[in-house]
Amino acid sequence: MSIDMAQFHQVFFEESFEGLDAMESGLLNLDLGDVNVEDINTIFRAAHSIKGGSGTFGFTAVSDFTHVMETLLDEMRDGRRKITQPAVDVLLGSVDCLRDMLQSIQNGSEVDQSDVAEHKLALDNELNNAVSSSSAGKPSPEALASNSATALPADEAKQIAGWVIAFSPHLHLLKTGNEPVRMFRELASLGHLTTTVDLQGVPDLYDLDPEECHLSWKLSVLGDIPETEVDEIFDWVEDDCDLAKQPIYQTPTEAPPLHSAPDVAINPVANRVTEDVSPELTRAEESESNSLERKSGKKEDAKAAPKGSSSIRVDTSKIDTLINMVGELVITQSMLSLLGEHFELNKLDQLKNGLSQLERHTRELQESVMNIRMLPISFVFSRFPRLAHDISSKLGKKIELKLVGENTEVDKTVVELLSDPLVHLVRNSLDHGIEMPDVRLAAGKPETGTVTLEAYHRGGNIVIEVADDGKGLDKDKLRAKAIEKGLIDADAILSDKQTYELIFMPGFSTAEKLTDISGRGVGMDVVRRNIQALGGNIEILSELGKGSTISIHLPLTLAILDGQSIAVGDETYILPLGSIIESLHVKEDRLNRVAGKGETFLLRGQYLPIIRMHQIFNVLTAKTTKLTEGLIVVVEGQGLRCGLFVDDLLGQQQVVIKSLEANYRRIEGVSGATILGDGSVALILDIPGLVRLANQ
Amino acid sequence: MSEIIELSSTDQQDAKRLDTSLQFLSFTLGQEEYGVDILRVQEIRSWEPVSRIPNVPSYEKGVVNLRGAIVPIIDLRERFQLGHSDYSPLTVVVVLQARMADKTRIIGVVVDSVSDVVDVNKKSIQSAPNFGAKVSTEFINGLVSVSGRMVMLLDVDKLLKLDGLDGEDES
Repeated sequence: MSIDMAQFHQVFFEESFEGLDAMESGLLNLDLGDVNVEDINTIFRAAHSIKGGSGTFGFTAVSDFTHVMETLLDEMRDGRRKITQPAVDVLLGSVDCLRDMLQSIQNGSEVDQSDVAEHKLALDNELNNAVSSSSAGKPSPEALASNSATALPADEAKQIAGWVIAFSPHLHLLKTGNEPVRMFRELASLGHLTTTVDLQGVPDLYDLDPEECHLSWKLSVLGDIPETEVDEIFDWVEDDCDLAKQPIYQTPTEAPPLHSAPDVAINPVANRVTEDVSPELTRAEESESNSLERKSGKKEDAKAAPKGSSSIRVDTSKIDTLINMVGELVITQSMLSLLGEHFELNKLDQLKNGLSQLERHTRELQESVMNIRMLPISFVFSRFPRLAHDISSKLGKKIELKLVGENTEVDKTVVELLSDPLVHLVRNSLDHGIEMPDVRLAAGKPETGTVTLEAYHRGGNIVIEVADDGKGLDKDKLRAKAIEKGLIDADAILSDKQTYELIFMPGFSTAEKLTDISGRGVGMDVVRRNIQALGGNIEILSELGKGSTISIHLPLTLAILDGQSIAVGDETYILPLGSIIESLHVKEDRLNRVAGKGETFLLRGQYLPIIRMHQIFNVLTAKTTKLTEGLIVVVEGQGLRCGLFVDDLLGQQQVVIKSLEANYRRIEGVSGATILGDGSVALILDIPGLVRLANQ
Repeated sequence: MSEIIELSSTDQQDAKRLDTSLQFLSFTLGQEEYGVDILRVQEIRSWEPVSRIPNVPSYEKGVVNLRGAIVPIIDLRERFQLGHSDYSPLTVVVVLQARMADKTRIIGVVVDSVSDVVDVNKKSIQSAPNFGAKVSTEFINGLVSVSGRMVMLLDVDKLLKLDGLDGEDES
């Protein structure tokens, strides 16, 4: 049995983490003054599924803990308890605790019991301090369910004399077309059935919706009935009710043993079947929770992510598009092969048509496949409200976090690798950027500071901006610090931009003293390195007293590149289009030599070094070695600008990046390779690598 | 009927042979004859123009597109300093698979011609004689005599390692 269970663990953990994220964002979005019941419901639902799942899988500690949370949430949902800030904080803490617990279980490490006990105590205190009358005595089927998880396989051997089943349907049970009476009748056919109905949940007549099921039952059915038969009856309502069952054993001296594995093994199967249908329905109904769910889809952040395969959730509509596209492709293909069978020259037009159709479909197919890897940036953004909440309450600052363009889509890899650097940047803004409320007021700014996270597309890039209206960077201070640390010479002349970029130098700290908020984690130099490793760059703009804006430019995807093909002799190379600034013929009088060797040319007042491609790549077939006869392509990479001397520009095209390292090795000056239309291989140039090569 | 009997008897022979013998694909480089384990041979292709890779030893001819994978091509003649010969459409490229740190890499080697598939009894493989520093025999697994000719058995994994294609010596 245990083997069967293990295969569902991964799914359970993924869903649970998503549930936790949903709870977290739900809690943070709660407006204490005006609570939306649907929000509480969303949180409750998430807690409930975690509890159910963990119970099923035998993670008793988790289900017990969640149960307490659920009780609290339940009272809030029913309006029996006022929602207060302390309560929300306790719940947030519990979400963290739960996440830790699940992570420990997933990694197979010990759960920190003291931490769990502490949070549970806080929850219990919160539960007890308000007068919430009815909840205490209410029989709780969930409690039974969680108990059941501690099953001992030994119990299995005992003779079963019957079953006690606590059956509490959810309100919508009847609407799903399930009829309890029919189920009871079926149960009765198995053995002697006694039912006790619990009327406690039935509301006033005025409030009663006759289509809802407010009843719950306690059923006991006697006889030697295999568990599977009982399960079969409840199979269809598994997701629409709270169900707990306990076997009755013949040996009366035994304490009522807890039920066991076979049931557990069946549950996940049933769960999967029903779940697959229901999420669609619920999602369609609740646009509100929809956005939450989208946010919550966030996977674990990179450093906490345990081993195991990475998976991706794809919108069904994206897959439908894909299938459509493939259908069209097949049609075009059959049309072309038909044409090919009896080809005559007068059908040339048809052929051309077909080929252009084929080209269009292929391109669309390529785009939709790439689209599958695209995730909304909210997968990263969604963690920041919590961060802002925690930091602002810790530091006593008033901060409003604005998220703009959360639905901007980025490649999955980019999303994953982006998360750490972004956390660092946002933390910096919150900690160093935004001033204390009194300082802000004194400076004539609104008391509440604003940090804006914005994502948008520009060209083939995605731009992410972290902007704050805080104190901004002090150029003089930066300069002084850099001189003090020996990073620049005392008499160095730096432009504004260069000054700001000092903070990206290793060993440079912008804070006068480190706090535990920004002191830990990666430094700005690591941030920049990470971004550059993704093929992007990072820029900073700042105004003293007004705030700073850090913008990150990233390619949309790592797999496809807009390229410009260039010719050097017989050879073709690809330059990333984004790195090209301009191309020009250079005149003799613009050319200069430094120390007789290094060649430069003058472009709008700037002397740029020239790199002769035919020289550094040893191309013997180059058409010309005279700089005035070829073409200079001005390129930029990692802040380095230079002119590449090439024979000719060929054309622009999108290229699929292939790794050279898969079968070969890394080559300096080359970032990868691609396959051209004629099937030959072209190398993709790497500007910083070329510069290094030229300097050797 | 007779066919079936024949077949089954060859099957038996095959099974017997597998225990004690290995199969090698033999090819020539100039006057010399080499062999590689046939299980490492992915395919045999004719020479086609490669895309040159800058700043690498001359025996690394470049890369080709092999059904979407970028595969390096190495001239074994030049690798073993046997002089250069011109390529023609009859020049043969043997595509080999090499295992390296859990990964399978694909590499093409240019040889003069492929001769045969030879069965070699494991026992008849002699270890390569040591010539000291004069001749590098690191990538030679052993020597074997096939109808009077000496065939040098190449160790594909070592061959690739020697070429520094494992990418780890680059930093």
